[in-house]
Amino acid sequence: MSTNPKPSAPRPPHLADHLLAWFVAPHLLETLQGDLHEEFAYQVERVGERRARWRYWRDVLGFVRPYVIKRQPNEYSTPNNSTMLRNYLKVAFRNLVRHKGYSAINIGGLATGMAVAMLIGLWIYDELSFDNYYANYSRIARVIEQQTANGTTFTSNAIAIPLRAALQNEHSSDFTHLALSSWTQEYILANGGNKFTKTGNYVESEFTQMLPLKMVKGSQNGLDDPASILLSESVANALFGTADPINKIIKVNNKQFVKVTGVYEDFPYNTEFRLVTFLLSWQQYLVDQPWVKRSENNWGNNSFQLFVEIAPNTDFERVSAKISKIKARHAKDEARFNPTEILHPMSRWHLYSDWENGVLLRGRIQFVWLFGTIGVFVLLLACINFMNLSTARSEKRAKEVGIRKAVGSLRSQLVNQFFSESFLVVLLALSLSLLLVQLSLPWFNEIADKKTAIPWTNPVLWSICLGLSLLTGFIAGSYPAFYLSSFQPIKVLKGTIRVGRSAATPRKALVVVQFTVSITIIIGTIIVFRQIQHAKDRPVGYDRSGLLTVLMNTPDFYGHYDAIRNELMRTDAAVNMAETSSPTTDLWATDASFNWKGKAHNQIGDFGTVAVTHDYGRTVGWQFKQGRDFSRDFATDSLGIIVNEKAVKFMGFKNPISEYVQWNGKIYSIIGVVKDVVMSSPFEPVKPTVFLLDYDWANLILVKLNPQLSAGEALNRIEPVFRKYNPGSPFDYKFASDEYDQKFRTEERIGQLSTVFAILAIFISCLGLFGLASFTAEQRTKEIGVRKVLGASVFTLWQLLSKDFIILVLISLLIASPLAYYFMNDWLQQYPYRSTISWWIFAATGAGALLITLLTVSFQSIKAALMNPVKSLRSE
Amino acid sequence: MKRTYLGEFEEIVLLLVAGMDGEAYGVGITHKLNEETDRSVRLNQVHAALHRLQEKGMVASRMGDPTPERGGRRKLLFTVTAYGYRTLQDIKAMRAQLWNEVPPTPKLAINL
Repeated sequence: MSTNPKPSAPRPPHLADHLLAWFVAPHLLETLQGDLHEEFAYQVERVGERRARWRYWRDVLGFVRPYVIKRQPNEYSTPNNSTMLRNYLKVAFRNLVRHKGYSAINIGGLATGMAVAMLIGLWIYDELSFDNYYANYSRIARVIEQQTANGTTFTSNAIAIPLRAALQNEHSSDFTHLALSSWTQEYILANGGNKFTKTGNYVESEFTQMLPLKMVKGSQNGLDDPASILLSESVANALFGTADPINKIIKVNNKQFVKVTGVYEDFPYNTEFRLVTFLLSWQQYLVDQPWVKRSENNWGNNSFQLFVEIAPNTDFERVSAKISKIKARHAKDEARFNPTEILHPMSRWHLYSDWENGVLLRGRIQFVWLFGTIGVFVLLLACINFMNLSTARSEKRAKEVGIRKAVGSLRSQLVNQFFSESFLVVLLALSLSLLLVQLSLPWFNEIADKKTAIPWTNPVLWSICLGLSLLTGFIAGSYPAFYLSSFQPIKVLKGTIRVGRSAATPRKALVVVQFTVSITIIIGTIIVFRQIQHAKDRPVGYDRSGLLTVLMNTPDFYGHYDAIRNELMRTDAAVNMAETSSPTTDLWATDASFNWKGKAHNQIGDFGTVAVTHDYGRTVGWQFKQGRDFSRDFATDSLGIIVNEKAVKFMGFKNPISEYVQWNGKIYSIIGVVKDVVMSSPFEPVKPTVFLLDYDWANLILVKLNPQLSAGEALNRIEPVFRKYNPGSPFDYKFASDEYDQKFRTEERIGQLSTVFAILAIFISCLGLFGLASFTAEQRTKEIGVRKVLGASVFTLWQLLSKDFIILVLISLLIASPLAYYFMNDWLQQYPYRSTISWWIFAATGAGALLITLLTVSFQSIKAALMNPVKSLRSE
Repeated sequence: MKRTYLGEFEEIVLLLVAGMDGEAYGVGITHKLNEETDRSVRLNQVHAALHRLQEKGMVASRMGDPTPERGGRRKLLFTVTAYGYRTLQDIKAMRAQLWNEVPPTPKLAINL
C-alpha cells in the first residue's frame, strides 16, 4: 500500500470524479471520494493504472444508490413560495375576522358592485348577441325605404310588393335569397276543438332557407305548397301534444285549411322573429287577403316586409348603393317622395334602428352605452370603497410592517403579503357576487324583459371575472403594498411616522368621485321619471278607461254591426260600441294624397286616416272643439270628415267647418274638429289625422264597458255575444289603457333599472363613507377625549367630525349637477314632447344626499362624541 | 422484536468494525475483509453495509483527521456501539449453544 503518493502519481479518471461529485450528497462526498481515491492508489500498485481506472469507474457507478444520492435534511425548514403564501392568507384571514365590521363593509360593498357590473354585463351581452342565432346573420338584411314629404324624411321598414320582382330582375346576382313577408299578427289556429291565438307571418318559401330554420320535423321546403304551414315546436306541442303533427290539418282564422308540413325549433327570446311562432305561405296570403292580391303591382302600397340575403361576394353598402333609386325609376307617381331603398343589415336591426329625418339616431345602442357606463361606474365606486378602506386601515398596520421588517422581512415579502390580502378579499367578494347575481337574475330578467342566465360553462365569463377581480385586487392592494412597505422600521416603531393630513387627500378625492357618480345617477333617474310622468299626464283627448278592443279576425264578424251592437247594449255591460280601422292607441294607416283649398304646391297632404262608425265619438269620448259628431240623421255624413286640431293647423284653415277636402276622387266636407288624440307615441307630436265613416274598412270593435260593473263581471256578460257571432275563435280582447301603458314600457324599464342602480350606487358610497367615518372617529379618539376634558360639547364634536364629509358631498354636488344637466338635457332632446329640467331636482337631490351623508356619518361621530374621555385617555 | 436481524455480510462487517477498534473505515474494512475471508467484495458493498448498520444503531461514525494519502480528505471512522457489541455477543453465544448440541461425530449424509 502506498502511503505517500508522489506528485506524479496517476490520478483517477476526471469524468468519473465529476460524476461522483454531482450525484453524491454533499455531506458524504468528502469521505466517499477519499475512500475511492485511496482504493485507486492501492489498485494502481496492485493491478496497474489501466485496470485501476476501470475499477474506479465500476466503483463510482456502484455508488449510484439512494442512500448515497439522498441529500441530508437540513435542520432548519426550507420554506418555499407556497409556505409563505399560506402564511399571508392566514394573516389576512385573521385580519378579516378581527375587524368584522370593516370586512363586511368591504366585501359586501365590493360584491354588490361586482354583481351590478355582472348583471349589466349579461344584459349588454344579450343585447349585442341579438339575432346571431340565425346562421346567416351577417348576410341577411331588411329592405327599408326612406321617403321625403314636407321637408321631413321618413324611414320605414314597409315596402311595396313590386320591389321584390324589380330587385330579382335587375340585381339577381347580388342576392342569394329574397323573401317577402307580412307583419307578425295574431291568427287563430284550430286543431278541431283545440284553438289558440298565436302570432305568425305569411312568408315566401325562400325565407325558411334564408335564416335558415332549424327543422325538428318535416322539411324546410314545406311552404312550397300554398296550403301548408310550418309550426314552431311550442305551437306544435300546444296544438297536437305528443302526437306527430306532420300532415295534420289546421284551420286558420276559422276560414282556410292548411296542412302542417314541418316543425321548427322555436326562435330564442333575443331574436327579431321571436314572436313568429308559425309560418304560412305567401301564395296563401294572396288568396286569403284580396287587398294583398290587388297590391301585387302597386308601388304605392308600402305594407309589406322584404328580407334579403346578399351574395357572398358583395357587401351591404355596395348593394344599397346599387338599389337605392330602383323605386323612383319604376314608379313615376312615387318619385315625388324621392323614395330611397336601403339594406338594413340584421346585425343592426336591434341596436341601430331609430331614424330621424333620414339619419340613423341613437336607438337602443344608447342604452347599451348608458348601462355600460353605469356598470363601469358602480364597479368603480365599489373599488374606490375598497381602496379607501384598505388604505385607511393599513395605516394602523404600520407597526406590523415595522416589526416584520425588524425580524427580517424583505420588502418584496411585505408587498406580497398586502397583495395576497387584497386578492383574498376580492375573491371572496367575487364568489359572493356570483351568488347575488344568481339570486337576483329572475327579478332582473323581469324588469329588463330578458331571458338571460349566467353562462357558467363559458370560459370567457370566467376569464373576464377573474381578470377584473385581479385588476381590482391589484389596484386596491397597490397603495398599502408599495407605500406601507417602504416604511423605515425604526421610525415606525419609535412612533415618529405620523401619517399626516396629506395622506387623507387622495381618499377625500375618491369620496368626491364616488358621490359625484351617485348624485349624477340619482339626478338622471329623477329626470327619467319626470319625463315618464310628464308624458303620462299629457291629455290624450279621449277617455280610455274601460275601453276594450277586439280584432275582427274572422269573416264571421262582418255584416252584423247593428246586431252585435244591440246585443252588447242589451247585456248592460257595454255602454257603447263602435268599429274602427285603427285602435285608439295606434295609427295604422296614413295617406299622402289629400288635397284642399289653399294647399301649397310643394306641401304633401299626408294624414293619418281612420275609418270609424257613427258611434265612435261617443264610445271613445271625443272632445269637440268645433262642429259636431257624425250623426245618422244626416245622410250626407257619409261624405263628411272629422279632423283633429293638428290637421286644421296643417291645412291652414281659419274656420275649418264646411271646408272641402279631396281624397280618393271624392270631395269630403269637414263637419267637426276634435281635440288632438294621442294615438301613437305619447312622446311624439300628434299627427294630423282625419276620421271618416266607412263600415267596410273598419276591422276593430271598440266596446266601452259599463263603469258601474267590475271589469271581470262586464267581460263575463259580453263574452257570450262574441262567442255567438264569432264561434270559431277564442274571445281575445285588449284594454286601451293597457295598450297605452305599454307605450311607456321602454322608458319605465330604463327608469326602474336606473332606480336600482342609483340606489345601489348611493348604498355603496354610503358604505364607504360609513367605514371612513368610523375610521376617522377611531383615529381621533384621544383628540376627542382631550377636547371633552377641556369642555367641548357633544354638538361641537359632532360638528367637528361631520363637517369634513359634508364639504366633500357639497363639492360632488357642485360637480355632478352640471354633468347631469348636460347628459340628461341631451337625452331629453330625443323626445319632442318633453319635460323641463328644473332647479328643484338638483336642490332635492342635494338635500337628499346631504341627509343620507349626515345620517351615515352621525352614527359614528355621535358615538365618538358620547364616549367617556376617561376610557379613551386612560391608556397612554 | 427481540433483536434486529443481522445479515451474514453485515455480521462480518460489524465484527471487523469491532476488531479494528475505532479505526475502521471503508477501504480499510474492504481490504481486511478481502484478505481474511478470501472473498472479493467491493467498496460500495461495504459502504452499503456500514450505512445499514448505522441505521440499525450498531455502529457510530465520526470524522477522522485529514490524511495526506487521501489528498487531505478525512476518513469516516466507524466504532461499534454498545448495542452492536451486545448483538455480536448474542450471536456468538447462540452459536456456542447450538454447537453444544452438535454431537462430536454427527451422522453425515452420504451421497449415494
